[in-house]
Amino acid sequence: MATPRFWREIPSRYNLIGTKCGSCGTLDFPPRAVCPKCGRKSVGKMMKQKLSGIGTIISYTIVYDAPSSFDLLKPYVLAVIELKEGARLTSQIINVEPGDVKIGMRVEAVFRKLGQEGEAGILQYGYKFKPVTGQGKSPATA
Amino acid sequence: MVAGIVSYGGYVPRYRITPKEIGNVWGVDGEAMGRSLGITAKSVPSPDEDVITISVEAARACLRKVDVAPTDIGAIYVGSESHPYAVKPTATVVAEAIGSTPVMTAADFEFACKAGTAAIQACMGLTLSDMIKYGMAVGSDTSQGAPGDALEFSASAGGAALLIGKENLIAEINHTVSYTTDTPDFWRREGQQYPSHGGRFTGEPAYFKHVMSCAKLLMEKAKSKPEDYNYAVFHQPNGKFPVKVGRTLGFEDKQLDAGMLVRSIGNTYSGAVLLGLCSILDRAVPGDRIFMVGYGSGAGSDAFDITVTSNIKKLKHAETIEEMTRDAKFLDYGTYAKFRGKLRMRGD
Repeated sequence: MATPRFWREIPSRYNLIGTKCGSCGTLDFPPRAVCPKCGRKSVGKMMKQKLSGIGTIISYTIVYDAPSSFDLLKPYVLAVIELKEGARLTSQIINVEPGDVKIGMRVEAVFRKLGQEGEAGILQYGYKFKPVTGQGKSPATA
Repeated sequence: MVAGIVSYGGYVPRYRITPKEIGNVWGVDGEAMGRSLGITAKSVPSPDEDVITISVEAARACLRKVDVAPTDIGAIYVGSESHPYAVKPTATVVAEAIGSTPVMTAADFEFACKAGTAAIQACMGLTLSDMIKYGMAVGSDTSQGAPGDALEFSASAGGAALLIGKENLIAEINHTVSYTTDTPDFWRREGQQYPSHGGRFTGEPAYFKHVMSCAKLLMEKAKSKPEDYNYAVFHQPNGKFPVKVGRTLGFEDKQLDAGMLVRSIGNTYSGAVLLGLCSILDRAVPGDRIFMVGYGSGAGSDAFDITVTSNIKKLKHAETIEEMTRDAKFLDYGTYAKFRGKLRMRGD
């Protein structure tokens, strides 16, 4: 990801800042400039909204054949998560064995390194999700 | 008016490796090494964890316990010897991630393992002079020992954040003193991946001289003696040094045990004494008095005399350090080497 794009997306990647349409109330993440439901009516009415980072796994997949920048992490889980506010996003699920991930599992956002622009480039950080503590197998045996 | 701790929070990565597993690879008796060091396991960061992510998690854990507006934090200082960037502050990422920017100051500190305690003192000065309302001091590391080096058995990862201020204190810092000299016991030159150390030289003229001298200075200043404290926590490069220094000063093991995280997670460097303090604060009750001495190679010590207030009961419930460190997954050496970048990958 190019440095200017990453910099522009810092609020949403670090702090899950989305948008709420001032016309119909729809929440969007990542943030949008115009509400996809209201179109022109939402112009000038889109408000920033911080999302809780608590959600539920709607669906997931296990990635075994990863891009080279994710070699050290494979196999890893990518999931569609519905946040409790209603917005959906895609994220890696960490701190759990891939076989223990379940649809409906409650997850929470954590701060992790997402990538880097080569060995000399900037480091990119943002959200990943982990199971809410206390679910599933005993952590010590997971 | 005194400065003190408004809140605290720690973070320890989930992965662990045992001294036995490390010893198996290098042809040494790892179990004996672990017993000698007083360490049963050490924490290992995941490939997507570094000092920035650990510092952010610790800072967020700290703020979860209180209703403090992040924009009231006027300074964030992150102490570490393993900042991911040589040039670009860890502290700016922490500040952005907890919502304190932009009207504030931020900087990274480095003083081997005591950069976090130096950050506490800087925040105390800024709050006591009314330059800022709150300051956040973070100590965090993902330090490494060279493969096969004695340090590899103990160098681990973790960090802690303290919110420093003058109001709503959960613990007052009654006194702080420092003791600093130029002592070349441990260092890492620019561009070097692993640190170097002076072997046994790191003991008497370095750790023990500075920690003992600073501890005695603090007790002179506070007009106190070991039995006046409920808890004591010393920098813990291994499980032996802090116990030896504590006993020599006159502390009993029961005063030391609560802060001895090194036994189960290894030496978290800049995070070590602060995580020990967090573990103590997790169980402390109003009126408890805590004796804390950090140490950083190069070399220096910062010591603190702390009294817990009744406000500690008002903190919101959050995961304790003990609960966090229960969530552990043990690695084999191969996976550990992969996670810690000890393997040359295609394209390296």
